[in-house]
Amino acid sequence: MEKARAGDRDAFAALVSHYERKVYRLAKHITQNEEDAEDVLQEAFLKAYEHLDGFKGDSKFYTWIVRIAVNEALMKLRKRKGDRTVSLDEPVETGEETVQREIAVWEDNPEQRYSREEMQEILDSAVQSLKPDFRTVFMLRDIEELSTEETAETLGISVPAVKSRLLRARLALREKLTRQFRRKGEDVFAHL
Amino acid sequence: MLTCKQFLQELNDYLDPCTDPATKCHLEKHVNECPNCFVIVDTTKKTLQVYKGVEPQNIPEGVKARLWKALEKKMAARKQA
Repeated sequence: MEKARAGDRDAFAALVSHYERKVYRLAKHITQNEEDAEDVLQEAFLKAYEHLDGFKGDSKFYTWIVRIAVNEALMKLRKRKGDRTVSLDEPVETGEETVQREIAVWEDNPEQRYSREEMQEILDSAVQSLKPDFRTVFMLRDIEELSTEETAETLGISVPAVKSRLLRARLALREKLTRQFRRKGEDVFAHL
Repeated sequence: MLTCKQFLQELNDYLDPCTDPATKCHLEKHVNECPNCFVIVDTTKKTLQVYKGVEPQNIPEGVKARLWKALEKKMAARKQA
């Protein structure tokens, strides 16, 4: 990182190689669009290169590039869909309403039953079905492993909002995956 | 004892390894006595595991090539400046 900041192009190229797949995945999940994801990927690394001098060594490079990429991705979403649908400052429901929940144990090791591509499709499709507010928080907290505080700062929302959205996202994904992975023949349903 | 709805509101705290032991113990009591919430906890943990276990896919070659082309152009411009 120090070499990259000092202008070493190979060092910066190594950082790009190391993180490009993760940044592209994040961009694709947030924008839900391959062209936008490509733009975000390029813009994020170009901006990072341009502002390397301003990078504070006390935060991780990855956290920094994720913040840049998320901002770019959210701008794309706003342009494409209009501010109303993706305003991350809007209050969201906190999950108080009664939700019909699917309670069923999963089959053993579902990862082994599906090919890597099939598994990827199942997981991606579940994330894509979440509202942008929820899937962005889920991606940052559970996939990119930012802290609650870092996620709140990146998205410009409060810590309680991050926690509430993460809970909703996790429960929604659990529901969707349970429908896919529940053990056949031993279904147990309950309504909470 | 907590209701299921109250427990689910605290599910993230229950799953968070940094949650203080007293809170965890309070939540654990509900999980041990409620089969439905036990399954929800178990399947939520598995949900997180499957997502964390998937490596990001490779970037399509064209996307990668265009990224590097843009970066090289930027780097060359900086060198000239």
